[in-house]
Amino acid sequence: MASKLTTSNRAGWAFALPGFGLLAMFIVVPFFFAFFLSLTNQRLISPNPTEFVGLDNYRNLLGIRVLSIEPEVNAAGEIVRDETGAPEYPRVRTFTRNNPDYPQYAGMREWFRWHSGDTAKVVVARDVVFWKSLRNTLMFVLVVAPVQGALALGLALLINQRLRAINIYRAIYFMPVVVSIVVVSLLWRFLYAEEGLLNSILHGLSFGMFEGRDWLGDPDTALGAIKAMSIWQAVGFHMVIWLSGLQTISPTLYEASAIEGASKWQTFRYVTWPGLRNTAVLVLIVITMQAFALFAQIDVMTNGGPLDSTTTVVFQAVERGYGKQDISGGAAISVILFLLVLTISLIQRYLTREK
Amino acid sequence: MATVKLRDIRKSYGNVDVIKGVDIEIADGEFVVFVGPSGCGKSTLLRMIAGLEDVTSGTLEIDGVRVNDLEPSKRGIAMVFQSYAIFPHMTVRENVAFGLTINKASKAEKEEAVAKAARILQMEHLLDRRPSELSGGQRQRVAIGRAIVRDPKVFLFDEPLSNLDAALRMDMRMEIGKLHQDLGASMIYVTHDQVEAMTLADKIVVLKDGMVMQAGAPMDLYHEPANIFVAGFLGAPSMNFLDVTVHAVNDETVTISNASLDQIDVPHKGRTFTAGQTATLGLRPQYLHPAMGGAGKLHGTVILSERLGSETVIDLALADGSKIIAALAEDSILTPGAATNFDFDPNQAHIFPETR
Repeated sequence: MASKLTTSNRAGWAFALPGFGLLAMFIVVPFFFAFFLSLTNQRLISPNPTEFVGLDNYRNLLGIRVLSIEPEVNAAGEIVRDETGAPEYPRVRTFTRNNPDYPQYAGMREWFRWHSGDTAKVVVARDVVFWKSLRNTLMFVLVVAPVQGALALGLALLINQRLRAINIYRAIYFMPVVVSIVVVSLLWRFLYAEEGLLNSILHGLSFGMFEGRDWLGDPDTALGAIKAMSIWQAVGFHMVIWLSGLQTISPTLYEASAIEGASKWQTFRYVTWPGLRNTAVLVLIVITMQAFALFAQIDVMTNGGPLDSTTTVVFQAVERGYGKQDISGGAAISVILFLLVLTISLIQRYLTREK
Repeated sequence: MATVKLRDIRKSYGNVDVIKGVDIEIADGEFVVFVGPSGCGKSTLLRMIAGLEDVTSGTLEIDGVRVNDLEPSKRGIAMVFQSYAIFPHMTVRENVAFGLTINKASKAEKEEAVAKAARILQMEHLLDRRPSELSGGQRQRVAIGRAIVRDPKVFLFDEPLSNLDAALRMDMRMEIGKLHQDLGASMIYVTHDQVEAMTLADKIVVLKDGMVMQAGAPMDLYHEPANIFVAGFLGAPSMNFLDVTVHAVNDETVTISNASLDQIDVPHKGRTFTAGQTATLGLRPQYLHPAMGGAGKLHGTVILSERLGSETVIDLALADGSKIIAALAEDSILTPGAATNFDFDPNQAHIFPETR
């Protein structure tokens, strides 16, 4: 039965159609399509028919185990040691390649290891690069979300004052947000270069003590460098959200706390911060989601390198889906990311709920 | 408890003078009400006493100490705001104890102070609620509780009842009056509501355009207004004003009349007039009554008669086209359109040399 809405309002539906159509075509359909593709072996261009493979893609991505390896023992039952006295271990590939005794490790590679007594605990994964990307993304979120949120709040508090020409400061802090992330990434690649601005400043400030380093070329500093640049780039956006939150707090509350003799810190703690609760939840969730979606900086600045130290989940999804034409693998990564972000957002919502 | 002295207090924002030299003395334990129309500077004046606005010039003393440059918290004042200004995320208990929390008082100290304030305001049962669970009147009570806990020398109220509905406003008005009796503290109260001013005040300060129009006991202001503004501001319905011509100036009285007013002698109360000038006669609606059978002094036509039971409000059109209002104390029936004569006691009339 047609409701009144669908029959008597054709013009309305006609106007809404382009919007709905675009949303459906570029968001709703691809979303469900990704779910579907992740359960198949579809490749980007392939003469072979698509086959349904169940959860194989997920198994290939997420398969991870811990392998305990005992040191090599000589005929006398003593542990074989190298020149430095460290025990020697059989190679991991003896367990993971063509070893019928250990079918569960077949095809896996070593990610990292630690030692428990003389036993080596080796973490092996079917897809080490994916796990590295997951770790990098989480490390990125863990640093960027709190630091960017706090910095943005600090800036918002600074520019919330009634000072002359305060709008100039607001504009300066907001400017990186309006510049394309690709342009920003290119510029920062120059800053971070071995002959770049950062090195020459550090060289100058340390009176020549600092030798300079290739920030993006060193696995120890590459991700950190991208974190710093990402924080700088989007801090202005979150500053504006904080600012709007600050301006919803009634000025009389500040007057009341001034009459009670509250110090600046007490005013922040008892008036400003509680007043920003909802804003804080919003900022936290938005930053987290944006941080999980880290891609452009990686693509422009490092391409995931060096040694996979800056590869991220989204970068892997794109790399796999289009670079390697493994569209079903890329879809599976997207679905995993979706579930991850959804879970974390729900946890954040739960932790910050109104009690 | 303390005295408050304002000496030639001025306030300017750039070139705009908002307060233009105000002198007020508030005695220990006195309840003073600043009243005036919107924009008269009454709230600004209160905020200057609180320390929320700078004093441009003049001297502000609380308890004999010049406090012009003192922090609000050091002035020994507590303020109750129109918007309550209670903290939405704190319980009533935390709100009331806020000042003590800021000063890092002990838990026992807080409990005691909160219990005392709650007892005075009869809100013991509200202490664990949050402001969102309170009515407007209850919120204002919390704000007053927070002020009481400060144990201030002077309480400041900035239109505390404006956000409440009419019935609640009356209750809270009485409670504030009672609070003043119980605490005996000096209180300064800003309002635009003349009923609040008349009922609460020991002393009313009527302000207009940043200047004091008149200050004194409510009944003095009501019966002996110093100027047209005060005369028209206090009393409801407000005082009628008629343009009259002065015919003669006598020892105690002036002789006046106009087109609808017969010649009459009204006490001039020391104001100076010259014969022939135009002056303003003020007549409170309550002091007009129909001339029963007599000729009366004031002649007009009834336009509208509003019967309220306890009183009847009559709109009258006078011969010169002006309109006045009479409030008759009893339920009387006057037919619209009827030419009616009114009488009044010249001793209850006010004659002002200025024109409106």
